[in-house]
Amino acid sequence: MGGPGLLLVWLYGVMVVGAVSRSVFQISTEFDKAPLAYSLSAVAGLVYGFITYSLVRGGDRARRSAFVCCALELAGVLIVGTWTLVDASAFPDQTVWSDYGMEYLFIPVLLPVTGMYWLRKGVLRQRPEAAAA
Amino acid sequence: MLDVLTLVTGLAALALAAWCGFAAYRDQPTKDWHFIGMAVVSALALLQLVVGIVQLARGEKPDQGTTIFVAYLIGAFACVPAAGFMSLAERTRWGSVTVAAGGVVLAVLEVRLYDIWGG
Repeated sequence: MGGPGLLLVWLYGVMVVGAVSRSVFQISTEFDKAPLAYSLSAVAGLVYGFITYSLVRGGDRARRSAFVCCALELAGVLIVGTWTLVDASAFPDQTVWSDYGMEYLFIPVLLPVTGMYWLRKGVLRQRPEAAAA
Repeated sequence: MLDVLTLVTGLAALALAAWCGFAAYRDQPTKDWHFIGMAVVSALALLQLVVGIVQLARGEKPDQGTTIFVAYLIGAFACVPAAGFMSLAERTRWGSVTVAAGGVVLAVLEVRLYDIWGG
């Protein structure tokens, strides 16, 4: 991390707290009401947790797996976001990724793009020959 | 009482965000004065946590449920100190950006708290 990476770690940390606490609360109180929405929040929490851990840990492999997870996260927020708009009846309750993360200031859709950009730049900086190729 | 505290804490958080954002704009890390500002905002959030729990103990009920209310109170209290500790380790403008982001997040949490309490 370091530099802009610190901001990324902070924002991902906020999303971990948001997604995990939301899903724990929802699943423990009223899982039957909207099992799909609540499970998706839990998955989002796991993904955010793993990315945060990888960003803090650093190193080539951690960066690579963080990059893959950011791509997964972007796919998740786009698919779930579109899904909640097209078929609202499948989602009696909100997830972290509902409406492209509107309830979370659209951070869920902005974060993976920023993260991937930063991770990519870091990899290129570490291995200048990759940038030339 | 709680509504006033929520408003004051939210405004203080935004002021902190603007202040640290300005430091980042001038390419400066967080300095002693910024940490005093963070301490003030954190003290407000702590006061809010105490007042919130006292209100609950007196039998008042938040509109959207006690558990969510307490979770947000704790999150609001932890928000700025967490960002502050991170900026201690990063003595560049990015430490300041992180605290500014912490202030914005806290302001959003305050709006949410206001809704949850049902003001």
